[in-house]
Amino acid sequence: MKTDDLVAMLSNGPVAAPRRAASRRLGLAVLAGLPLSFLILLTEYGLRRDLVQAMFWPMFWVKVLFPLCIAAAGFVAVQRLARPGVAVRHAWVGAALPVLLIWGLAVVAWFTMPAEDRMPSLMGQSWRICALSIGLMALPVFAATLVALRGLAPTQPALAGAAAGALAGGVGAAVYALHCMELTAPFLAVWYVSGIAVPVLVGAVLGPRLLRW
Amino acid sequence: MSDAEAALRSLFLRGLDGDTAAYREFLQKLSAHLRAFLGKRLFGWPDEVEDLVQECLLAMHNQRHTYQSDQPLTAWVHAIARYKMIDLLRAKSVREDLHDPLDDDLAVFAGSATEASDAKRDLGGLLETLPERQRLPIVHVKIEGLSVAETARLTGMSESAVKVGIHRGLKALAARFGNSWRSAA
Repeated sequence: MKTDDLVAMLSNGPVAAPRRAASRRLGLAVLAGLPLSFLILLTEYGLRRDLVQAMFWPMFWVKVLFPLCIAAAGFVAVQRLARPGVAVRHAWVGAALPVLLIWGLAVVAWFTMPAEDRMPSLMGQSWRICALSIGLMALPVFAATLVALRGLAPTQPALAGAAAGALAGGVGAAVYALHCMELTAPFLAVWYVSGIAVPVLVGAVLGPRLLRW
Repeated sequence: MSDAEAALRSLFLRGLDGDTAAYREFLQKLSAHLRAFLGKRLFGWPDEVEDLVQECLLAMHNQRHTYQSDQPLTAWVHAIARYKMIDLLRAKSVREDLHDPLDDDLAVFAGSATEASDAKRDLGGLLETLPERQRLPIVHVKIEGLSVAETARLTGMSESAVKVGIHRGLKALAARFGNSWRSAA
């Protein structure tokens, strides 16, 4: 087939295309994955019993909002990476800043608390299951985001996969926070950040394999 | 930005709104720019240039929904052309021998070459390998120029099945075209 024939072929018939497809499809992926994450939370874990009371504690909101900030930054990054020739710019800072803040908070808490409280505040009651549970909550949004990305055009697939992981990990951690009883900064700084880092790394590895086009 | 950017962008945007004639003119001009851009960079493989031009055109058509009008068209076109070129060079495993650095300026519209050599890999032949539900809509709508409704009547498919067939068929065509590099390299 000659190139002129290809041009003729491609321009025949309906050629109109939707605008803002990247944001819309990725938004739909989050909307599709989020109810599943809640379903896993409610059926397998359950809400923390004192959820209403916990809402009056600042640390509860730190625990919910720092992953949500990472998720928001991940969303901005992934919808930029899904479109050829668009720079990610400040979105990486948006994802890193909440992590740095929670680490800062943890360091301050660590050095201001009595020595015998330090290890309990780091390990809590649930360090064994925390990162894994966050990964499980992240899974629906992660899978849906990768499916959406396959219909878009990421030219840096490893970064796009990592950003999808940050989005999903952030959402997963925020959902898990509604079950989890831990409220200390050192615990969040280690186990929540690990739980979010897992999908980021998995995304970076899977991206080049799954997102070719 | 350059005149070419402004002219191409306006044609492309009209195409995205459904203006077929503008879209065709956009693709014609784009293919000339791609030919010059890729020809300069694939200096050692003049035979591959036309194939890569076609692969880029197909990719840009299939991914046209990822362009957002707040973005320079040059950057979008350059990123796709570069992605497809790296893909080819990776298949040839000679990235280090490339005489021209890949991350150079975005001068994708700087040159224009209308003289097309023959493509080596035949898209028409690949079209024959698609399943009927994709091949027939492409043949009737995209090559013979029938409307979606006429094609639906002719093939007994629903109109949405015709549209889906075109969409998936062109994507499958792009994937098979890309794979033919890697097997041949």
